[in-house]
Amino acid sequence: MKAQAVTDLKSTTLISEYPPRRSFLSKFQRWEWMLVGLILLDVFINTRLSPFFLDARNLARTSSDFMEIGLMMLPMVFIIITGNIDLSVASNMGMSASFTGLLHNLGVNIWVAALAGVLLGTLGGFLNGYLVARVKLPALVVTLGTYAFFRGIAYGFLGDQAARGYPKEFTYFGQGKVFGTLVPFSVALFIVMAIVFGLVLHRTTFGRYLYSIGNNENATLYSGVPVARIKFVIYTLSGFMAALAGLILAARFGSTRPDIGTGLELSVITAVVLGGVDINGGKGTMLGAALSLLLIGLMRFGMGLLNIQGQVQGIVIGLLLILSILLPGVAQQISSLRNIRVQGQSILISVGVLAVFIAFLLFFFWSRAPVIAGG
Amino acid sequence: MTVQNPSAVQSSSVSQNGLLWTLVRFREAGISIFILILVVAVTLRAPSFLTIDNFKEIFLNISILAIVALAQTMVIITHGIDLSVSSMIGLVAMMVGFIVKQNPEMPVLFTVVLGMALGTVLGSFNGLIITYGRVPPIIATLGTLSVYRGLVFYYSQGTWINSFELPKNFKLLSKGTPLGLPNMVIIAIVVAVVVYYFLNYTRTGRDIFAVGSNPDAAQFAGIRKQRITFLVYLISGLLSGLAAVLWASRFESAQTNTALGFELQTVAASVVGGVSISGGVGTVPGVLLGALLLGIIQNSLTLIRISPFWQLAAQGLLILIAVISDKWILSRVERTKA
Repeated sequence: MKAQAVTDLKSTTLISEYPPRRSFLSKFQRWEWMLVGLILLDVFINTRLSPFFLDARNLARTSSDFMEIGLMMLPMVFIIITGNIDLSVASNMGMSASFTGLLHNLGVNIWVAALAGVLLGTLGGFLNGYLVARVKLPALVVTLGTYAFFRGIAYGFLGDQAARGYPKEFTYFGQGKVFGTLVPFSVALFIVMAIVFGLVLHRTTFGRYLYSIGNNENATLYSGVPVARIKFVIYTLSGFMAALAGLILAARFGSTRPDIGTGLELSVITAVVLGGVDINGGKGTMLGAALSLLLIGLMRFGMGLLNIQGQVQGIVIGLLLILSILLPGVAQQISSLRNIRVQGQSILISVGVLAVFIAFLLFFFWSRAPVIAGG
Repeated sequence: MTVQNPSAVQSSSVSQNGLLWTLVRFREAGISIFILILVVAVTLRAPSFLTIDNFKEIFLNISILAIVALAQTMVIITHGIDLSVSSMIGLVAMMVGFIVKQNPEMPVLFTVVLGMALGTVLGSFNGLIITYGRVPPIIATLGTLSVYRGLVFYYSQGTWINSFELPKNFKLLSKGTPLGLPNMVIIAIVVAVVVYYFLNYTRTGRDIFAVGSNPDAAQFAGIRKQRITFLVYLISGLLSGLAAVLWASRFESAQTNTALGFELQTVAASVVGGVSISGGVGTVPGVLLGALLLGIIQNSLTLIRISPFWQLAAQGLLILIAVISDKWILSRVERTKA
């Protein structure tokens, strides 16, 4: 990643590969306002489409569906701000939840089992941290490896079995509500955690170091910041939070299978990036990430009420992710193009490209017709 | 990482001297030794491993992986990544599957062309977002990963294509052996040879390395960076489309979860094969060895009777070991050179 940081720096000073978005975003005030606007728009549209949308009980219940993503998102913000990534979170979550489930199946006390699960998850994060910070392997490669490794261990623990029959005190963490209110326990936990993580990121030297590493790792290192130790800490933290999220997910389901939480890492990264955290590091806020989680949650909930399948909802979320980065960039490009004469050739190419995509869509729907007809 | 710093660069590898070239060679030697050790160890435990039949099976299993991993390699060489390959395979396999089901008389060759064309459109959509939309590759392809997968569900409405719904010719496309070897293996070899020639002996191929090693220098040298970047994602779509047709033909089905999670395997094969994630470094033989290593691991774990449930863990562990030992070798070489 070091070499990458160096080239990135070069490219922004000479020819900007990805133009700095700050200047454009400042017109919007901040990315967070944009997210607030989108959330309001989504709420407005959904209340029009379904009378069940603005129902406190519904909203409270559905909000707990996103808290595992939320808990894993918090350390992921730290990691992505330093310009790294952790693809292994969902696998780590599966590993620790499965370990807890295995111990529970073997008759171990549930709290001991839960503690052991959290320890194992933290150890997993520690391994990532060691390989990234000490062995200095690229984060993408390391966490890709542990992505398979951790999930594999989860399968090794439980195989084709499931752990179930958790005691009520344990399932409270996933299903219970803070007493006397509608607020699920996991939501309350997330809010507290988010505030803590936000304060660490925005109000401590440790937080400033994270931005500093993301902007220029070498310069940070030469300024005497213990870069390796910081990376170590955030990856270990990520493992700990993944394990915690795993326990809450297991408690919510009331059972654990080794494939628990498969694919959630992409949801986590989507939430972080949509929240305005720069994937190349150095930029982003905790508030933005939290808002984007809220936006994704509300959108998914709204689409669910309209009977749209979960996988098809992915189309909307995926497009939102792309557009959130594409639109500011395109607007900037257009404004920079204003002074240049548009050439005939480029119009021709654009028309050609457009024609190809339209042809693809036509073919897509044409060939799909017999599918719907049940052919 | 400092060794792979783009400043050392591929231009020196053209003249076949310089530190980097030695390292690249050394890397392939490293992974070859690793494979040899594994082969010997497994054969001692399970003699049936080192048989022609078994290796035929391994080659059949890694053909699709090799094809897509080569595409992934070209993308990674430009310092990008294409996470959407698995969803492209899923979508194209589903579309081609339905079309073949509707038109069983369709010539098999046409289905291949159709699959490649559909893949090319999907890949160039990625390319457009990344080059002209200026979205970082990992974000763009993460987005299209879920968009394309969502389209699979939308397209099929949760239904799938069964074996009996596919014509025999289509099923034989991957497994038929008119030339002695299964077609799929031959296709993979042809793709590997073409990609090898393309990357090493054509101007555009060399430009791909130049863009990945040092984008600014490439631009100053008059290389159209945007075009090259667009091209690699297009090729990635094209080869994914080809892989999709082979996938549907080999497994005789197209499901909504076809190739789910495959993107990580392709990245793993590339990285284990010595492709640097920070761009500019990578060879075709290395990637093929990487795919072979993954295939051998998978195959041998079954043969030495490791519970299937622990296989994924062993795979992940071996990938980590391969990457760590590679890093270790590199640092040793660096030290002796210094």
